[in-house]
Amino acid sequence: MTDATFDAVPERSSSAPSYLEDGHTVASWLFTTDHKRIAILYAAGITFFFFIGGAAATLMRLELVTPYANFLSPDEYNRLFTLHGVIMVWFFLIPSIPAVMGNFLLPLMIGARDVAFPRLNLVSWYVYIFGGIVTLYSLVAGGVDTGWTFYTPFSTMFSNSHVLAAAAGIFIAGFSTIATGVNFITTVHTERTEGMTWFRLPLFVWAMYATSIVMVLATPVLAASLLMIVCERLFHLPIFNPDTGGDPLLFQHLFWFYSHPAVYIMILPAMGVVSEIIACFARRQIFGYRFMVYAMIAIAGIGFFVWGHHMFVAGSSNYANLVFSLLSFIVAVPSAIKVFNWTASLYRGRITFEAPMLYALGFVGLFTVGGLTGLFLAMIPIDVHVTDTYFVIAHFHYIMVGGSVSAFFGGLHYWWPKVTGRLYHEGFARFAAILMFFGFNFTFFPQFIMGYAGMPRRYEVYPPVFQIYHVMSSAGASVLAVAYLMPLFYLGWSLLHGERSPPNPWRATGLEWQTSSPPPKQNFLVPPRVAHGPYRYHAEQDPSDLAEIDSGR
Amino acid sequence: MNQLFLFPPAASLEAKGVDQLYFVMLGLSFAILALVFGLIVVFAWRYRAGSGARRSKLPGFYAHEMEIGWTLATLLVFLGIYGWSVEARQVHWAPPHGALNVRVVAKQWMWKFEHPSGAREIDALHLPLGVPVRLDMTSQDVIHSFYVPAFREKQDVLPDRIVTLWFTPSRLGQYAIRCAEYCGTNHSLMGGEVYVVTPAEYARWADRNADRSLPAAGARSFAALGCAGCHEARADLAPRLADLYGSKVALEGNRSVLADDAYLERSILDPRADIVKGYLPIMPSYRGVATPEEVSALVAYLKTMKSGRTP
Repeated sequence: MTDATFDAVPERSSSAPSYLEDGHTVASWLFTTDHKRIAILYAAGITFFFFIGGAAATLMRLELVTPYANFLSPDEYNRLFTLHGVIMVWFFLIPSIPAVMGNFLLPLMIGARDVAFPRLNLVSWYVYIFGGIVTLYSLVAGGVDTGWTFYTPFSTMFSNSHVLAAAAGIFIAGFSTIATGVNFITTVHTERTEGMTWFRLPLFVWAMYATSIVMVLATPVLAASLLMIVCERLFHLPIFNPDTGGDPLLFQHLFWFYSHPAVYIMILPAMGVVSEIIACFARRQIFGYRFMVYAMIAIAGIGFFVWGHHMFVAGSSNYANLVFSLLSFIVAVPSAIKVFNWTASLYRGRITFEAPMLYALGFVGLFTVGGLTGLFLAMIPIDVHVTDTYFVIAHFHYIMVGGSVSAFFGGLHYWWPKVTGRLYHEGFARFAAILMFFGFNFTFFPQFIMGYAGMPRRYEVYPPVFQIYHVMSSAGASVLAVAYLMPLFYLGWSLLHGERSPPNPWRATGLEWQTSSPPPKQNFLVPPRVAHGPYRYHAEQDPSDLAEIDSGR
Repeated sequence: MNQLFLFPPAASLEAKGVDQLYFVMLGLSFAILALVFGLIVVFAWRYRAGSGARRSKLPGFYAHEMEIGWTLATLLVFLGIYGWSVEARQVHWAPPHGALNVRVVAKQWMWKFEHPSGAREIDALHLPLGVPVRLDMTSQDVIHSFYVPAFREKQDVLPDRIVTLWFTPSRLGQYAIRCAEYCGTNHSLMGGEVYVVTPAEYARWADRNADRSLPAAGARSFAALGCAGCHEARADLAPRLADLYGSKVALEGNRSVLADDAYLERSILDPRADIVKGYLPIMPSYRGVATPEEVSALVAYLKTMKSGRTP
């Protein structure tokens, strides 16, 4: 029996080789059903796609330094922003935290041996890679120029690009998302170890659970709408084409019915990661644990009813707009609560500022900016002016890059010793975290200003008055690019030559740290028994707090 | 550009309200950011590891009650903002009567405008100062979006229907029109200029560029005499007129007639002579209402009416 507190970590047992030592052949990786190895396979996939999507962004930012077309033709530019969106949304952001960290950590955090369906888990990865290859084919074959939003009738009747292949690739990858969602839901329901009650689950597990529900319910709608695009393009079925009685707005409803919840697929996991990190480095339990859980469930639920705020100027009725505006304000409440709770979790802590904590604090700040500007966009009069401008671009990058990607890097550093059994260079890591924060703001804050000044998105050629903001943005992007490349080097070095890590270098209390680092193939040599909540940090401060923590408040 | 371009000019009555909301939201956002960032910085400093700050058990109120308190406070603030934004948009609920009605056709990659006088322009739009303007817009191909940042107004333009946007220009000058919905290769080049001029100047311009052709005069009479009230708006009361010329029309009494010039003229002046099958004899005669010149212009216009998406 393992007692799940940080002071009871077992030493590395020589009798149990780690999951990394369990087979060194290529086949032992490609045919593994170990959730930890599958997580590594996913990590390789998303890293590859992250740098492809990043390269597209780099080319766009270079082109936008001047108001005129320089080295890209309009069609090339249009293909680049489509590529950037498609790859980053479906092949990086959506699988990033869930499929990599969720896969690795979910079973460890609930004391399970593996996910509920290990073989389905491996299939998910192959489906994801296959979808990625089909999408990459569409790019190599000449690209897609519809934007990641595939608006009809442009995508079905006017675009002379490889819409079919791109849609097929995303369609295929969607099944991987659904399978992962089903797997995680089942795992949380059936694989929790003895004593791991629902309200003793770490917030990361709750985040995965809420995300999985959204994945399972929303992704089929995306599949349906992509299938309709294929049917209209290929067989001329009259669905969106107004000439044959179709409705182009139907597509937007279907697309945003998926794509707004998809935003929560990208941000909820980040909220989970950040909750783990803040608790650990503030040495505090998360303030208002239950409210944090309810907030995530509320976001996942209400998130399904706000899609219309993407369509305030699309030709929707005034009444529908009023309802969607109201619901968009309401969905912002639980997000605000979470920000307050993270902040309050610092109160009376014993805070240290290692790289993961820097990323987590950066997340809170950037997510707050993204959330507040979301309120601007929920207001119909302001949205009418700034929708489809750089204001929107800045807003969703604050959420998805400032939020999700910061949290991803925070989690990457936090769990790096757990996954690899090695330590990285703390100085480089802190420097990269700070560089990323400033590079990000430098890149995207000017976009709020030029958005309100009237700079539309998806413009290669733009009025010269906006050049100063584009130059700032591109300069920031080059800082950001350096910051994103840095971990590749110091983490790569750590992987090969890094100092061996103790099992629990952060003295964290989560169950995933109560086994060796890296963990053995079966995760725990003895199935752990859980007797209290996940954030038992007050013990080192005031033991009288523990009763309260264990009651799950 | 020596100066930072922070805000586009506010050139419509609507723009001022939008800017007001925006500035208040900016103020509120900075206040919340200052609160959150301030607390993070203060806590990070005061409760850094090794500091001597007190860390005993939390006071009892500092949990549940606080949580409920700030949830409700946030909700109330949000609802307040929502209510205000709705109220601000209320004035924009329906187009005002007597607005200047300009028809807009978008196509890859240009904007075409047609004024009530028949004056047409491409990628340029002349509008009178202080007069409510109503744009009836449609697209010939993909979805575009009519966007004038100086007016703080934007509306997607769809291929299958006529969408309406209205506003009142409130400042003389020249302002950019942009396409805000991605529409293909030259999306970023699709735009133009709005010229807000004095009403007198607008009247002169509209007259100088008026379409003096017979069908155009007929189209104006068609609107002025209220023909569209039944023939376009009420298919149950009156037959549609598009593609009528040259077709064979089934009449009450099992007759039929070829829709030629004579038939069109007779139907305007003596509508009860031939009642289209399935309709009641309710159309009044326009003899003495429309001048002979107007009647021949109407006939000329009817001959050009074709079904299709062009308004």
